[in-house]
Amino acid sequence: MNRALALIPVGLFVALIVTFYFALGRDPTKIPSVLINKPLPAFSLPGVEAGTPGLRSSDVRGQPMLLNVFGSWCISCVQEHPMLMELAHEGVVIDGIDWRDEAIDGAKWLNQNGNPYARVGNDRTGRTGIDLGVTGAPETFVVDAKGRVRYKQIGPIDADTWNNTIAPLLRKLRSES
Amino acid sequence: MAAEIGQYSLILAFLIALVETAACLVGAGRRDRALMALGRAAAFLQLAFVGTAFLALAFCYLNNDFSVALVAEHSNTTQPAIYRFAATWGSHEGSMLLWVLILSLYSAALAFFGTRLRETLQARVLGVQSFVASAFLGFSLFTSNPFIRLDPPPIDGAELNPLLQDPGLVFHPPVLYLGYVGFSMAFAFAIAALIEGRVDAGWARWIRPWVLGSWIFLTIGIAAGSWWAYYTLGWGGWWFWDPVENVSLMPWLMGTALLHSSLVLERRGALVSWTILLAILTFSLSLVGTFLVRSGVISSVHAFAVDPQRGVYILAIIAVATGTALAMFAWRVPQMRSGAMFQAVSREGGITLNNLFLIVLTATVFVGTFYSVFIRGGQGISVGAPYYRLTFIPLAIPLLLLVSFGPMLNWKRSDAGEVIWRLRWAIAAALFLLGIGTLILGVSRAGAVAGIVLGLFLIFGALAMLASRWRIGKDSRTSFAQRVWSTPLPVWGLALAHAGLGITTIGITAVTAFQTNKVIQMLPGQAVDLAGDRVTLDSVATVQGPNYQADRAFFNVESSFGTRELVSERRFYPVSQTQMTKAGIGVGFFGNTYISVGDRANDGSIVVRMWDHPFVDWIWVGAMFMAFGGMISLSDRRVRVGAARKAENLAGAAALS
Repeated sequence: MNRALALIPVGLFVALIVTFYFALGRDPTKIPSVLINKPLPAFSLPGVEAGTPGLRSSDVRGQPMLLNVFGSWCISCVQEHPMLMELAHEGVVIDGIDWRDEAIDGAKWLNQNGNPYARVGNDRTGRTGIDLGVTGAPETFVVDAKGRVRYKQIGPIDADTWNNTIAPLLRKLRSES
Repeated sequence: MAAEIGQYSLILAFLIALVETAACLVGAGRRDRALMALGRAAAFLQLAFVGTAFLALAFCYLNNDFSVALVAEHSNTTQPAIYRFAATWGSHEGSMLLWVLILSLYSAALAFFGTRLRETLQARVLGVQSFVASAFLGFSLFTSNPFIRLDPPPIDGAELNPLLQDPGLVFHPPVLYLGYVGFSMAFAFAIAALIEGRVDAGWARWIRPWVLGSWIFLTIGIAAGSWWAYYTLGWGGWWFWDPVENVSLMPWLMGTALLHSSLVLERRGALVSWTILLAILTFSLSLVGTFLVRSGVISSVHAFAVDPQRGVYILAIIAVATGTALAMFAWRVPQMRSGAMFQAVSREGGITLNNLFLIVLTATVFVGTFYSVFIRGGQGISVGAPYYRLTFIPLAIPLLLLVSFGPMLNWKRSDAGEVIWRLRWAIAAALFLLGIGTLILGVSRAGAVAGIVLGLFLIFGALAMLASRWRIGKDSRTSFAQRVWSTPLPVWGLALAHAGLGITTIGITAVTAFQTNKVIQMLPGQAVDLAGDRVTLDSVATVQGPNYQADRAFFNVESSFGTRELVSERRFYPVSQTQMTKAGIGVGFFGNTYISVGDRANDGSIVVRMWDHPFVDWIWVGAMFMAFGGMISLSDRRVRVGAARKAENLAGAAALS
């Protein structure tokens, strides 16, 4: 066997270990999004069920609100879901994008787990997700009254991120508008 | 008292493992028989002390010794005894102890059964094994000691997660670990071969049974976990592409590749360096799984409580174990002769193709699992089913198509046309069924039909392989019965395992394509139609379990096969304030009726979710066929004792050039 060929596995492995090592100490909430302080890219998505309204980018404005990206296939979304239900109950406006999902599956999922969303758009192909720079589900954008993205949360919203990051930001945005 | 005995045993086991490593490796290097004998004795001592530590912890659980922090966190006086015992491995610390116990068990087994193995090879394998054991014993002692005491002890403990209070916990983790950890044996053999710079006949004969055994356990363990998820999570999903599931799937895929390539090595003396590499990678993936579940790098529904410090420790173990192994591989392998040659169209060629597919499949799962780590951190995001639908499934289909052709190929050189000719009946039957199925169900269902036919083709292929071996329809000096009777056990095993894969494929396709469900608010006495069956809610009762209260709903399901009663529960565990569902499942050959109930409303109605899951049990039945095929193959006397026959010609072939 060629010596250069035999070196490939060990090379790949070293790169992997270095990546893992830095992943360990990293704060996953600090991710820059190119969209920060910019308006949402334009999109117009159909609803998840016949007869329900879809979601347009122009809907996501008027007051500080959340835009949550989910999917019926996404496990962490199930974990996050009770939190969203509670927030919706408290009066936080949340719009949802059912990402890379068949509309019918998204509708079933919302039927089963409850629907915290004011409006839901179905992004079956993931095209809008690309425009939004979605890296995975769940992700949540905090959008101000003028429709600008102010913050992006990657991964589920838990009590900690809500209390320490998102809730204070929403309060600040409400006082701005 | 028991906790102290456990603590001391663990410390002693750690020291013994260190001594064992040194004695075995130095002893083998110097050909010092006394040192090697010391190493073997240490393997038994290590098992004795790790076993004592494990039993001590189990004893603390069974006796509700809440002065032990771990017991107080994961057990409770109201918990049934069997779950108090199983809680021993229901936490991070306890499961690490089980991990090391099984590793010690394998080491002791090699020390005991390996008397026919060349002494220096045995010592080197034991040395590597005990090195891994000492690393994990150190991990247990220094970062996750299971025996830490609480002062003052609480009156009663918290509770084991109710999801875990299930027969699944008693069975699933030990079997899974027997598989995971068993691959350490292949790893240790690989390192020993790299130290010696050669692979001889004994090596080739000995690695295969260990690989096969681990693979059987892992197959059963994964299937059991999937079945457990199916009936406890309350919505009938059986595979979620969750990171923790993926880390058990990756060693399985890689282990399947290893299983096949070690077969080539044993029979033909080819694929030497390839088999060594696969052995290293398979166990490394087991280690990566251990790392992932305990480090907090990725969030998952069933990850343990996480701690970055533990993550660093395990990462260091992986870096040393796998890093050293791969570096030795790069250093040693170019000097090793690659063994017998073969043509592209041959059994060896087929298995190489199978290996390439399995490795690429493993890589897609790996990328999907660690995706969030690679894209500059995003904890808790998942690529989920859409990713795997686009990457894993399209790669799995050609592999499944090729499975039936592989065993028809001759060793060394074969003719593609002849193989297709031998499979002509299987191919014709599959194409015929594909046409008929598409005609009946419509073109829109062609994909589902194709998936089921693919599964059937795997079964036909296994039958055709047996038929061509028995030379049905041809004259022969022996009678048909004699030919069937003299079929070697590994051939039976192969046929069963490949047919099992077909059965699983049918189950997966059918349940994915044809399942239906209904969600409805029901009052007692109300009935509803589900996929041709009539489901009636008879009554709802409130019952008191040993450590929970439950709403128990009784259903009557009338189908064309008769009537049966299903019971579905919504349980509430007051100690941990959690709810869980116990689904009512009507198991049948053609599919399951799956009913789970939600909260009860004030008017006495109850939310009922029901599914019809066609052929879903075939998924697990197929996996059992695969495992059973493996066992039959393993029970063959030639595999077990490794009688020196075929492999003898290997001795010189792969020696250092």
